[in-house]
Amino acid sequence: MNILKFFTAGSVDDGKSTLIGRLLYDTGSILADQLEALQQSNRKNDDGTIDLAILTDGLRAEREQGITIDVAYKYFQTEKRKFIIADTPGHIQYTRNMVTGASTANLAIILVDARNGVVEQTIRHSYLVSLLGVSHVVICINKMDMEGYSEEVFNTITENYKKMAAKLNLQDITFIPVSALKGDNIVHTSEHMPWYKGTSLLDFLETVEVTVNQDLHYARMPVQWVIRPQTEALHDYRGYAGRILSGAFKVNDKVTVLPSGSSSVIDRIEIFEQTPEEATAGQSVTLHLKDNIDISRGDVLVNSSYLPQRSQLIEADLCWMDNKPMDDSITYFLQHNSKLSKCKIREILHKVNINTLEKEETHEFRLNDIGRVVIKTADELAFDLYTENKANGSAILIDGRTNLTVGALMFRAIVE
Amino acid sequence: MSKYNLDYLDELEAEAIHILREVAGQFEKPALLFSGGKDSITLVRLAEKAFRPGKFPFPLVHIDTGHNFQETITYRDEMVERLGEKLIVGYVQESIDSGKVIEQKGKNASRNSLQTITLLDTIAQHGFDACIGGARRDEEKARAKERIFSVRDEFGQWDPKRQRPELWNIYNGRIHKGENVRVFPISNWTELDVWNYIRREKMSLPSIYFAHHRDCITRNGQLMAASPFLNMDEADIVTHRKVRFRTVGDMSCTAAVESEADQIDDIIDEISASKISERGARLDDKVSEAAMEDRKKGGYF
Repeated sequence: MNILKFFTAGSVDDGKSTLIGRLLYDTGSILADQLEALQQSNRKNDDGTIDLAILTDGLRAEREQGITIDVAYKYFQTEKRKFIIADTPGHIQYTRNMVTGASTANLAIILVDARNGVVEQTIRHSYLVSLLGVSHVVICINKMDMEGYSEEVFNTITENYKKMAAKLNLQDITFIPVSALKGDNIVHTSEHMPWYKGTSLLDFLETVEVTVNQDLHYARMPVQWVIRPQTEALHDYRGYAGRILSGAFKVNDKVTVLPSGSSSVIDRIEIFEQTPEEATAGQSVTLHLKDNIDISRGDVLVNSSYLPQRSQLIEADLCWMDNKPMDDSITYFLQHNSKLSKCKIREILHKVNINTLEKEETHEFRLNDIGRVVIKTADELAFDLYTENKANGSAILIDGRTNLTVGALMFRAIVE
Repeated sequence: MSKYNLDYLDELEAEAIHILREVAGQFEKPALLFSGGKDSITLVRLAEKAFRPGKFPFPLVHIDTGHNFQETITYRDEMVERLGEKLIVGYVQESIDSGKVIEQKGKNASRNSLQTITLLDTIAQHGFDACIGGARRDEEKARAKERIFSVRDEFGQWDPKRQRPELWNIYNGRIHKGENVRVFPISNWTELDVWNYIRREKMSLPSIYFAHHRDCITRNGQLMAASPFLNMDEADIVTHRKVRFRTVGDMSCTAAVESEADQIDDIIDEISASKISERGARLDDKVSEAAMEDRKKGGYF
């Protein structure tokens, strides 16, 4: 069994929380004591049924205001798969929270209200999904019950969406007509829409492919920790511990250490007490090399025949996440996996108007702004472009004054 | 081209190990909070996988309410002996004796909430800048909002509105002096994942997790172990039951469930079929709708 991570996007009243609540409720993921708490709650639908949306609003302030404040994570499981849902709010801080949710997701569900069709929000959410490179997109056309379960409405919205999406780089788009409130096509196929020949949302989530499909040569492992017991029995033990970001490492593979550029050969791979011949992306391992070279946390081990980019000047897409606007006169910290480097924003190339998708000239970056910048780092980074290797093509910005995470970076090009 | 597909337990394990190694790499003085429950036992197993054959780069820290199940303490001491790692114990009794906290009175008295003060004192005394805990987001609705690296201010407080966004698998552990970070490596695990992992790894557990005979009383509809730590009176009728515990906390606030499950396979079957959540057996969560949120804001784990 494997795990599918997804998130939902849509504006405040599109029914995101209801959709998640419906998925949990109809798959029997809500237990008796939680259900009892729901039934005692004052929030009910107009017809007196339980308001499933409150399942996802975990904080007091959220229940008071009836809105979602921050990303919450929900878990459920069927016989076929485990699911992790990043429940991201649809209101003002949508960009910051959506980028957060999308950064680890395999799939995005974008809700469209059947009564309103494709609106500005839909464009915005689709743009973010395309920017973050989420592999699969499901467009749930919700509230079909309020449009008489009309096939024509569904077809019109689908066509409009496809026209809009042609401008974006979306990989795999699926359209499903649903009513989260009534439960149509969420877990069970709807009897109200016999014209729809596709699967229910859950069927789709259970069967969509999530395996990492990547070139073996992209072997990258940032060193997180050097294991050196320095005991008599293990005098010469020196293991480089980390999680493989991408690709695969095999015993006897030639590897290069960056930034030093020294190279060696993999002598042994350890995963606790096991010593496999090969380890692949996602695994936390300890690597041993044939030669004693100087390697410490922040260095990255890569396959010598396929080296990453190396530069101190990088063009990147930036999403600004802090209330305090970006200040290009100060030095920030850039964290790229286990490597921390000082950096400056050298130049703002443009900002994207995420309602119209047009590029605009700007001198400032405020909360939720997205655009392209040139970053100058104090140390040389060993990275890949985000489009080729998300894990080694992304970084965060930290404000050293507040220690807050203020920006998300996706590396797009080398500046020559 | 090649395809990789890790099994879900392998993926959760690899993620948790990655988080533990980030703690080791980013902090000066981390600690692993150990309660003797299945979640912190899982953390210890993950720490072995992250750092062996080296030593753990942190001590284990137990906040002892003095109202523990003896089986848990025995298990703790045997485990520390086997691991050869350092254990630091913070005693709630000492906080009571020094007048920093006042013991609750009445029938439902519990030392559970007093732990927070002892924990914060222990953190301050040893200067810990990161505390690794076994909380999971599936446990409770306020926990669903937790980040994996969760910054607490100098008063140990959690502010849900000032959380750092957590992007990709990059964790920002930078803090100001006096602050500390609570780190939750098994955030993405569910109760069932923990049990499946315990089975797969053939880990031992304190015996109270398995069905056994015990004197119990019924309190607020829940089955409690009869013990000197409960304020009992004539109205409390002691009955002998076959029970087990789903979570391990203080004896005064952790309820038992009637069960025949004395093997791990039976426990997994029982949990899979259960209609009550794990936290349904914790009286401390039932005080109000936001009980957990309020305690977390105050510095509780």
